[in-house]
Amino acid sequence: MPISSDKVQVLCGCNDLDAMTAQCALPPFSKVVCEFFSALSAEIMKHPEAKQYPDVVTFGFFCRRGNIQRLKDEYSDKISNRLGRGVSFHIAPSNVPINFAYSLAAALLAGNSCIVRASSKGFRQIGLVCECIQNTISLVEFREIASRISVICYERSREINDRLSALADVRIIWGGDATVTELRSSPLSPRAVDIAFADRYSLAVMDARAVIDTADLKRLAQDFYNDTYLYDQNACSSPRLVYWLGDNEDTASAAELFWEAVHKEAAARYHIEPVVAVDKYTEACRMAIEHNADIRSGKDNLISRIVVDSLSADLPDHRCAGGSFIEYHSSSLDALKTIVTKKYQTLSYFGVDRQTLMQFVVGNGLSGIDRIVPIGKTADFSLVWDGYDLIMQMSRVIGF
Amino acid sequence: MVDYGEILNIPPYSMQREEKHSFLTDILKELSLFHYDNCPEYKRVIDGLGVKLSDITSFCDIPFLPVRLFKEYDLRSVGGENITKTMTSSGTTGQQVSRIYLDKETSANQTKALTKIVGSYIGSTRLPMIILDTSAVVKDRKMFSARGAGILGFQMFGRDKIYALDEAMKLDIEGLSAFLEKHSGEKILLFGFTFMIWQHFYEELKKSGYRPDLSNGILIHGGGWKKLADKKVSQEEFKCLLNEVCGIQQVYDYYGMVEQTGTIYMECECGHLHASIFSDVIVRRPHDFSVCGYGEKGLVEVVSILPASYPGHALLTEDEGVILGEDDCPCGRKGKYFSILGRIKNAEIRGCSDTYADKFR
Repeated sequence: MPISSDKVQVLCGCNDLDAMTAQCALPPFSKVVCEFFSALSAEIMKHPEAKQYPDVVTFGFFCRRGNIQRLKDEYSDKISNRLGRGVSFHIAPSNVPINFAYSLAAALLAGNSCIVRASSKGFRQIGLVCECIQNTISLVEFREIASRISVICYERSREINDRLSALADVRIIWGGDATVTELRSSPLSPRAVDIAFADRYSLAVMDARAVIDTADLKRLAQDFYNDTYLYDQNACSSPRLVYWLGDNEDTASAAELFWEAVHKEAAARYHIEPVVAVDKYTEACRMAIEHNADIRSGKDNLISRIVVDSLSADLPDHRCAGGSFIEYHSSSLDALKTIVTKKYQTLSYFGVDRQTLMQFVVGNGLSGIDRIVPIGKTADFSLVWDGYDLIMQMSRVIGF
Repeated sequence: MVDYGEILNIPPYSMQREEKHSFLTDILKELSLFHYDNCPEYKRVIDGLGVKLSDITSFCDIPFLPVRLFKEYDLRSVGGENITKTMTSSGTTGQQVSRIYLDKETSANQTKALTKIVGSYIGSTRLPMIILDTSAVVKDRKMFSARGAGILGFQMFGRDKIYALDEAMKLDIEGLSAFLEKHSGEKILLFGFTFMIWQHFYEELKKSGYRPDLSNGILIHGGGWKKLADKKVSQEEFKCLLNEVCGIQQVYDYYGMVEQTGTIYMECECGHLHASIFSDVIVRRPHDFSVCGYGEKGLVEVVSILPASYPGHALLTEDEGVILGEDDCPCGRKGKYFSILGRIKNAEIRGCSDTYADKFR
């Protein structure tokens, strides 16, 4: 049965559902799959347009032989008695173009066939990576992979969700609470498992002194831009709260330097939609009404700074995309103890010792914060994501 | 407080740019200060923005509230015991609706302003009136939806009113022809919402073959063009096709919202929407909220001198529009004239008939 229909478009890979479900599972990090990624990496790197998209290049880099080998080595003692679960069905988020590729990579590395619903927002990055995948699976040595990949796109449809969920052995739902709830109404077969990524909240911790002293403010601003504006500040790992460590005076000067540098990046690269400008302004008003926040309007609407003098537990409810930042400053991290809940995911940092941060999270038994990474690395994909080890979750273990 | 009695007697399209600017600045600044002292939420926004209201020298510098806030907070500047009426915007199921709190005076001023604005178009005598809607909309008097409020507001221009649609939204041809016979030769006022007129009046007339003679009619309609734009019906075609089925010649669109009831923007004979002296439109650039030049598309802010019981005197809407000019419309009315280009992409659906139109998707 063909996958494509008047509602479903196949962007690359297999268009035969029966062929996909008929594939036997592979062990994690099988030779052919590792070879495939190495070839895909080369294909991406030589694509004439790839350089325009840092996220595509990063994915190409992720797939390169050395990195896949490194990942394989990390799992070497855990995977000898494992096999992929079978067919994986992925619902990639609509706002992060390249995410579908990482989701596919994790599932394929774990030994599964992959039906991946990519964003239908028409991002060029998706088309570009799909071209590279298509070129790679067309090679004779990857014929075996060709019927294990199908990247598709379709407008929201319960009917299609139902059909693909029913034949999946593992379903990976990105996109947050609403998408998870929507997909959960499409039943899986009894043995199948869900990996669901819920709404999360992320923050950045910056040492004010370190920002003042840094020799490469531009680099910091670029890294921060890549964590936020690059994905409309809509990725779960994008910081929404900026937590300054420092006294009044240092924070004031550091913030001024920092935001001016970020503004330079944003002014050159970010286009703000009218609806986003209204959303950000509305959010700033809400924060003023509910938390007496100070609204620092800059020379334009690119950066919305909302400064608070205490942190409230409802911050994760105040999520606004497109460059809206809550700012707080303190001489210690202590204020985080009372507000961090399971909703908190990524803590990114600059000028702060990572061991100290880890010690803070573990020592205080915080119920949230699943990742601690430097600013600029929040979107870096890892096979351990959001508290799940994706290779382990997407493969089954044979007890013996 | 503002002396509305006198102000509302000034002819609505009589002020030139400079005069209107200082007139509006005085009143709107006074309103801002009043709301600052009486509405804690408003005060927190102004303080949050770091604006000192007493320093303001142009009404364009008065901070605007996003209309969405009226859906999320109970914003008012008078005690609950003084609230006589709560108006709500239309919203589809599950959508939050705006709640606008009115005291006796604000509500009365809305009526007066509307009378002055519409009266300048249709004259001051009440006309036999056909409401192109169903009476079901206005049955619940406790809560005023935008659609109901529109109908009730315009009813005061009519006498011997009939509703052209029954409760099932079916066109009452019998009632209509009896009414027209009774008032033959008289000037007749018609009022309704744009999409509903299209769906339940125009389409039905076209189907039925009944051709009422409304060549003496004046039609005032509002509620937004979104649904008709989807159907690829332009303003011109709308007028033209209506004329074909009922001979009507005078058709005026208006732009308005429940958050600023009363100060509506009526279309003139040249097809332009006009700001009266009781309100104004400022079009802003999304990039930095600076004020657009003539002919430049941007986000629509509306200011109105009427909102005294709630801080709705300066509002950022979710509509896009363009100021076409000021003081020099060939129709002779002073003040800004403009057109509305529709809702910003991805914004929640607001407005009266648009909500109803959702059912027809």
